[in-house]
Amino acid sequence: MKTIYIILLLITLSLNSQGQEKETNFLYTNVTIHVGNGEVIENGMVGVSDGKIDFVESMETKVQAKYDLTIDGKGKHLYPGIIAPNTRLGLEEIQAVRATIDYREVGHFNPNIRSVIAYNTDSQVIPTVRSNGVLIAQVVPSGGRISGQSSLVYTEADNWEDAILKADNCVHLRWPSRVRHTGWWAQKGRIELNKNYNENLQAIRVYFDAAKAYAQKSTVEKKNLKFETMKALFSKEKTLVVHSNNAKSMMDAVNILQTYGVEIVIQGATESWKITDFLKEKNISVILHDIHQLPGRDDADVNQPFLTPSVLQKKGIKFAFSLNNQGSWNVRNLMFQAGQAVAHGLDKEAAISALTLSTAQILGIDDRAGSIEKGKDATFIVSEGDVLDMRTSVITDAYMVGRKVNLNDKQKDLYNKYMEKYNLKTED
Amino acid sequence: MVSNKFALFFILCFCTISSIAQITFPRNGVYDERSGHYAFTNAVIYISPDSILENGTLIIKHGKVVMTGKGIPVPEDAVHLDMKGKYIYPSFIELSSNYGMPKPTGTKSTSRSPQMLSNKAGAYSWNETLKPEQDAANLFRVDKKTAKSFREAGFGTVLTHQRDGMARGTSALVLLGEEKEHEMVIKSRASAHYSFIKGTSKQNYPSSRMGAIALLRQTYYDGQWYAKNTEDKNFNISLEKWNNNQDIPQFFETGNRLDLLRADKLGDEFGVQYIFRGGGDEYLRLEAIKKTGASIILPLRFPKPYDVKDPYDAEEVSLTQMKHWEMAPRNPASLAEAGINFAITTDLLKDKKSFLSAVRKAYQHGLSESEILKSLTTTPAELINAGNVAGTLEAGKLANFIIVSANILSEKSVIFHNWVKGKAYVIKDLNAIDIRGRYELELEGKKHSITVKGSYSSPQLFLTTAVKDSAKKVKETKIKHNLVNNNINFSFNKKDSSITGDQYYRFSGSVSKSLWTGQAMKPDGNWISWSAKRMGDTEIKPDKMPVKYAGSYGEILFPWSPYGYKKDKIPEQKTVLIKNATVWTGEKEGILKNTDVLVKEGKIAKIGKNIKDSKAEIIDGTNKHLTAGIIDEHSHICINYGVNEGTQASSAEVRIGDVINSEDINMYRQLAGGVIGAQLLHGSANPIGGQSAIIKFRWGSLPEEIKYEGADGFIKFALGENVKQSNWGENARIRFPQSRMGVEQVYEDHFTRANEYGEAIKNGKTVRKDIELDAILQIINKERFISCHSYIQSEITMLMRIAEKYNFTLNTFTHILEGYKIADKMKEHGAGASTFSDWWAYKYEVMDAIPYNPKILDDMGIVVAINSDDAEMGRRLNQEAAKGVKYGGMTEEAAWNMVTLNPAKLLHLDDKTGSVKSGKSADIVLWSDNPLSIYARAEKTFVDGICLFDIEEDKLKREEIKTERNRLIKKMLDAEKKGKKTQPPMYMPKRHYQCCEKDCNTFKDYNIEQLAE
Repeated sequence: MKTIYIILLLITLSLNSQGQEKETNFLYTNVTIHVGNGEVIENGMVGVSDGKIDFVESMETKVQAKYDLTIDGKGKHLYPGIIAPNTRLGLEEIQAVRATIDYREVGHFNPNIRSVIAYNTDSQVIPTVRSNGVLIAQVVPSGGRISGQSSLVYTEADNWEDAILKADNCVHLRWPSRVRHTGWWAQKGRIELNKNYNENLQAIRVYFDAAKAYAQKSTVEKKNLKFETMKALFSKEKTLVVHSNNAKSMMDAVNILQTYGVEIVIQGATESWKITDFLKEKNISVILHDIHQLPGRDDADVNQPFLTPSVLQKKGIKFAFSLNNQGSWNVRNLMFQAGQAVAHGLDKEAAISALTLSTAQILGIDDRAGSIEKGKDATFIVSEGDVLDMRTSVITDAYMVGRKVNLNDKQKDLYNKYMEKYNLKTED
Repeated sequence: MVSNKFALFFILCFCTISSIAQITFPRNGVYDERSGHYAFTNAVIYISPDSILENGTLIIKHGKVVMTGKGIPVPEDAVHLDMKGKYIYPSFIELSSNYGMPKPTGTKSTSRSPQMLSNKAGAYSWNETLKPEQDAANLFRVDKKTAKSFREAGFGTVLTHQRDGMARGTSALVLLGEEKEHEMVIKSRASAHYSFIKGTSKQNYPSSRMGAIALLRQTYYDGQWYAKNTEDKNFNISLEKWNNNQDIPQFFETGNRLDLLRADKLGDEFGVQYIFRGGGDEYLRLEAIKKTGASIILPLRFPKPYDVKDPYDAEEVSLTQMKHWEMAPRNPASLAEAGINFAITTDLLKDKKSFLSAVRKAYQHGLSESEILKSLTTTPAELINAGNVAGTLEAGKLANFIIVSANILSEKSVIFHNWVKGKAYVIKDLNAIDIRGRYELELEGKKHSITVKGSYSSPQLFLTTAVKDSAKKVKETKIKHNLVNNNINFSFNKKDSSITGDQYYRFSGSVSKSLWTGQAMKPDGNWISWSAKRMGDTEIKPDKMPVKYAGSYGEILFPWSPYGYKKDKIPEQKTVLIKNATVWTGEKEGILKNTDVLVKEGKIAKIGKNIKDSKAEIIDGTNKHLTAGIIDEHSHICINYGVNEGTQASSAEVRIGDVINSEDINMYRQLAGGVIGAQLLHGSANPIGGQSAIIKFRWGSLPEEIKYEGADGFIKFALGENVKQSNWGENARIRFPQSRMGVEQVYEDHFTRANEYGEAIKNGKTVRKDIELDAILQIINKERFISCHSYIQSEITMLMRIAEKYNFTLNTFTHILEGYKIADKMKEHGAGASTFSDWWAYKYEVMDAIPYNPKILDDMGIVVAINSDDAEMGRRLNQEAAKGVKYGGMTEEAAWNMVTLNPAKLLHLDDKTGSVKSGKSADIVLWSDNPLSIYARAEKTFVDGICLFDIEEDKLKREEIKTERNRLIKKMLDAEKKGKKTQPPMYMPKRHYQCCEKDCNTFKDYNIEQLAE
């Protein structure tokens, strides 16, 4: 019941707070700080001024600056705000209702597409994800071979422009798969070789060749909007996120794309555990996609997808977690992907890092987000217990660039309404 | 000279118009009937597999065997053929074929919308896949090309049927000659044929294997009803024929061992013993197949080794595929050893040319010569009740036999003739001279050496030239040639140092044993004479029997899956004492620290402190948690070929229990997640779905053995978007209902009809037994219980009111995402809930779903469970239960009961399982941590006191898989090195299949033959 009281209290505190209540200057004390870089400060405190973290120390340190407000977080855990890569948050509301779907465009090569303008900050789904601690999300377009550009947005904002943390910084390439596993889990189909694979690869080469040639032109008579975006890849202003899961496909992707001098991150990377030496050598970071998957093959280790993160960690490959399989609503379970990996050998603070700092580094926002360090944005969450374990993960406070975040959502409203209807509130 | 007489005979034979069976035909020309009297002497004659004559004589006349024996005088008026050195066998009999059948076309479908009823004109079955009216004898046309390919493989007789539909009508036993059909059909209506494969029918029903079984089951009852009921029935050709077809042998075509067992079970319900066309994987479940008592038509589909050179691609080949490659050739021998009656078929072979080598492979892998011959001759003859006409060379039988150069099993043996009903079909000329040897070819005064090597049936010519520098060495150049009717032609390049360019000489001539002579054309176009004199022999390897396989075989796994058990390692019940664990009893005792649990004879024998049992295996539970095993109220794993029969608004007649797949790896994966059993539900494609199966995860057992014994019957219902087909696309606008309004009427209608049906039975009226209404009547009679897929409060209330109207209680609402809105009504009605922890937003009807739903329902005193509905999430149900703590702050015990005791209650099994209580089944799990924690891992999972998952053993199994894979990969690489052809590790698709969504609502048509791999 205690939890409920806290939630209720928070709801009353934070109602109507979106975008309004700004605590510019406060000190959060008595918490276990999970810095995001692997370090932990037991019994620490975090100072915030003008949206930035300006003080991170153990409670034993003397506080010099004056803060308007001191908050006691006794027994709680403080983490950097969780960053969710590869989501469709705000781009889809109800998966089965076409009118609410905005993440897919027609066409084969669409680098010019920008997802951020479709990011619906008024989605009812987003608050349920936010209230579990996800404060930053990458909203990613789908469809075609090159789907377009993604942006990093806050999960609380009044409109998409306000939501932007970093706009259009990644271009998404869906690498063709060599192998297709047909059927579904209840009835497996055959494993098919993609006969068009080499053809598909050739098409990618042709496209990149043309784009590169275009980029080298000093004067352009006729502007090609698609190639204008591609230009930014060759100049490394943007990162190329390559969606690929098959071991050999990933190696093909890296070998081919690196010749164009583009910055590459692999998204998906289900079989990355098989090619760790290769990834290490080529200095490639990966964003794992949904480790809550069945192993790809019957012969595989029953726990294979759960083991992948710890394999990558041991090899020193930078990785992050992502989750999009069941729909964007499921992003609220992202932290439990990390928890699952911890149960299978991943270091706990490395798991935190893969939800925060590593992600920020991979996506190029680590100057502002991803860790509890002086000079960074005050974007963090506070949990009653271990945030990676659903048994203890209850977010009580969250701050976005120093602003207190509304942790209420539609589901909590309905909960309260019916608890009241059945007079259940007063029960212990 | 015998040979000349023989050659003459052939010329005559092929012009003969036979006339025995055409008495009714008018004759154009002069009467010319011949007796076909022949005597074959000096042959090794296999009268039957166990009766062999050396130097025997076979006499045939009028297409039949007159006599076989030793020293029989050759009748004066018989053509005498000396068969010295030759072998004569009764020709083989094929039982699984559509020889001579036209290509089935089915009816045309007019639109892309679902086809609910038959488009076939005439008074036939309501369902197009039932075609008992097909008579192969009516459809049969001689097909010379196919007949030839059969004859070349040694066959003389085939049983043929139109391979289309689940009831395929009757077969005809036909000869493989090329005469008029009148002469070729030995027997019409020889047998009746069935399968699970829909064939050309485009009618929606059935779309699943369980639907196919239900359709056949209902048709058996309909046949009985049609026969009994003299009034009040419409004429139906299909049912008449169905009934007529029952008194002949019944053949069922299956693709793998589990389908075979399924079909057998269906047959048992109606006292029918099928003869099965199997899939070639019977060795994997030999005991169960032996128990069916069935005879098997056995394909010799032995997979090629896989191309495993690329280590990444090789991973796509599963362990079981690799093992099957190794063991499949041993399948026939395994059946023989087990005493299972079987016939061999060419069916499922891509090319009949590979048949004899497949037979030899079976021999190499342990099938004896006599068993092989039996399975090709006497056994098929007996199975088709044709033992009196075919299968042996005893007097009176058809003169169907083959003449072979040597023992048919020997590697290089050649079939010369295939005689069908006393008429010879030549495969290889009996008079063909064995030209192997060394020759000297004289051409324009110059001598050239020619060597002929290779086999008798395909000799190879070489031009031999001496290499100047070394006296001993010779150079051999291959010369292409043709040899027909002892006429030879070939050409060679007579290169001369004096002339530049090629100098082709082309030769034509006739061969005899000592001399070849003829004319050749020179490069300049002028003719010259040539001859080649035989100078001596070349080394000829004698025909020999294939060498028996001396290698090893891996072990069969139970179940046939990685992580299966070797036969001697199948775990057994033991007395086990778990010491000093934190025990989550799930009962009023709560969580007990430092407690011991004794497991004996599959039951929880004792819970307490300091328990002692001298015989028990001790497991240290210090710092570990012991709980009841997880039960998944809503699962779709372990089901073969379709979880939905969503083609009609009600499919109450289908049974998941008919299509259990006890070899699904997901069972093991879920044991690793602490799950011990599940309700396997039909999908949610229609308001009244199919009957559930409740299973225990007895990894290693057969489908029938994993069913929860004594469990109540359940049935799936469904509401909302799926049943009104909201998200199925624009073509799905035909099936009633299309709105929630219609859904209510489906229930009203079916319950009303079921009540009337029940009344009629009670009043002793002749009622058509309707297995769909039987199931619905059971609901009304409180003998079957509903698990209803549900989301929106309005329809949930509607269904409770329907239940109340028909005086029963809705047992469980599953999903029930808006249950919290009407928890008071549910409580009053007495319904239980089985829900998702936090799913939502995937469709419109789940937009008000909240993760606090379990908490509210639990607080309201409703029995609430958390289910998976997903094979992956099914192995993390402990974590899903923990979300009850996160969302709303349930107590840990209450949250834990949502995946153990509560689902047991919903399934009426709480007196047997679901909590740690003395006397209950020892379905328990030992966890490394608090079981609600994401860090907890199931270390041991016991089902009925048998440890079926052990985290340490799992490690060993992984090593075993690796070792076994490596062994087989090496073996495949060896095979490839030895020149064996390989198959690619991945399937090369001809067209792209649409991928199925990860959604149990999608329905797929499993109208494909599922073969063993």
